[in-house]
Amino acid sequence: MIDRDEVLHVARLARLRLGEDEIEPLARELSAILDHVAHIGELDLEGVAPTTHVVEVTGALRADEPCGSLPREVALAQAPAVSGDGFSVPSPQA
Amino acid sequence: MNGNEIIELSATQAARKIAAGELSSGELFDAYRARAAADELNCFTWVAPERRAGVNGDASAPLGGVPLAVKDLFCTEGVPSQSGSRILEGYEPPYTATAVRKLRAAGASLLGKTNQDEFAMGSSNENSAYGPVLNPWDRTRVPGGSSGGSAAAVAAGLAPWALGTDTGGSIRQPAALCGIVGLKPTYGSVSRYGMIAFASSLDQAGPLTRDVTDAALLLRHMVGRDPCDATSLELPHEIELPSGVRLDGVRLGVPAELTGGSVGADAGAEVAGEGIEAGVLDAFRLALDQAAELGAEIVESVSLPHAPHALSAYYVLAPAEASSNLARFDGVRYGLRAEGAEDLLEMYERTRHDGFGAEVKRRIMLGTYVLSAGYYDAYYGRAQRVRTKIAEDFARAFEQVDFIVTPTAPTVAFGLGEKTSDPLQMYLNDYCTVPMSLAGIPAISIPCGLSAGLPVGMQLAGPAFSENRLLDASYALERALAFDGSAARV
Repeated sequence: MIDRDEVLHVARLARLRLGEDEIEPLARELSAILDHVAHIGELDLEGVAPTTHVVEVTGALRADEPCGSLPREVALAQAPAVSGDGFSVPSPQA
Repeated sequence: MNGNEIIELSATQAARKIAAGELSSGELFDAYRARAAADELNCFTWVAPERRAGVNGDASAPLGGVPLAVKDLFCTEGVPSQSGSRILEGYEPPYTATAVRKLRAAGASLLGKTNQDEFAMGSSNENSAYGPVLNPWDRTRVPGGSSGGSAAAVAAGLAPWALGTDTGGSIRQPAALCGIVGLKPTYGSVSRYGMIAFASSLDQAGPLTRDVTDAALLLRHMVGRDPCDATSLELPHEIELPSGVRLDGVRLGVPAELTGGSVGADAGAEVAGEGIEAGVLDAFRLALDQAAELGAEIVESVSLPHAPHALSAYYVLAPAEASSNLARFDGVRYGLRAEGAEDLLEMYERTRHDGFGAEVKRRIMLGTYVLSAGYYDAYYGRAQRVRTKIAEDFARAFEQVDFIVTPTAPTVAFGLGEKTSDPLQMYLNDYCTVPMSLAGIPAISIPCGLSAGLPVGMQLAGPAFSENRLLDASYALERALAFDGSAARV
């Protein structure tokens, strides 16, 4: 079972603020989903290699040569706040 | 041709008429643009304002300027690309996704962007920040998801064809629920560059179309290796338009695990589904009889022993990847930013609180949990091993049969709001489609009949790179089944 404290801990890891009304339903729903998926614990998977990529690709690396990229003003065009040549954000320390 | 005659043409037929000089691409575009602009199903989040030279596809190119609806999560330069999320409201990307770029180069015209579940997380399109899409067969029901806008638009004749994405069934399941064709190709065959990511090891783009020929034609111009996506690859063969009429010698495997009445009773899990609906199974079995009449051998002894665990593995792996992919939505570079935060951390946390919907938060939380210290091996590591077993099951099955066949979804289209209160019930929609996603193999859903007046989809899956054979077999079946989807196009 996932309790309220665990929900708040995971939310902090995920950089996600939760409203008071979201905490209890998430605890209940995450518990139910994790109970369900925990059944993969019953399988004998001794010696089975994990799959990280399902279709083999070889030679995926490109030549390490400079190439074009987005112009700075285009990259900044959708930013909520801009300062000079960069993205503007609140201070890391209040 | 009058408007109704134009709408009754498949995309391939329309392209041929344009090439033969019997139809102008502008006339075709205007007919669909007018229908898309009058959309009452909430299929579109953006419709092209007008026909424009240089933006519309070249009528002399292979796709003849035929209009194309594109799922919202494909980045389209200068056109809103919001992935169904409030956090990207109004976002206009600075570049266009490779798949869209290639289709435009082949002559497709961008008709509109289609509604979807937020970040492609959902099976009913009810998780869109821009409202649910209605099913054209019955407007009190869902179109399926996550490519629900694309599926409903094609079924309703608001677009000749559409682009979707499939992570665990998001092309195939809405195609089934809307009575159209949906194809998820082999993982890697279509570039993911410019697709707003959900779960990168599973996400694949593919066509949603009125028939199998259209699916082949659209896929043919989407595929290929892209230097911008290191997981993309060159298919060994060019995609051909299908021509099969018989299924002689074709072995169709019917795995008990995905076609029995106990489907959804996930290996001892407490939450058991109702299994596959009787009406869906009936339509599926009738389609198998048709296949046998065309000469196919129906092999009931084929087994996918780990398939009942696929959904569990999927709901570990996909949320884990999503929690990582969605870390980029932090209010810094684009999209929503919560105002008035005292410091950076508060800005991140409040932006994500305000910008994400309930299902996306649930999956970020689930993914963060299974990747956190102490749980990684028990959940993520095990799920990756289950994935290996599932791929091995398919490899073994394909020694015995040419294709695996199943119903695409356990039920026909269900009512709006019917499954929103229980996430696990919603997840069971993907029961028959998730195993193929985990194995990275191609799978297609074709309409195979009606149950209580609503469409039923049949899924055919083949080994990696078997698209041409899969399309050929589906085409032969499609001809024999003669499904009539015109009722949804009124």
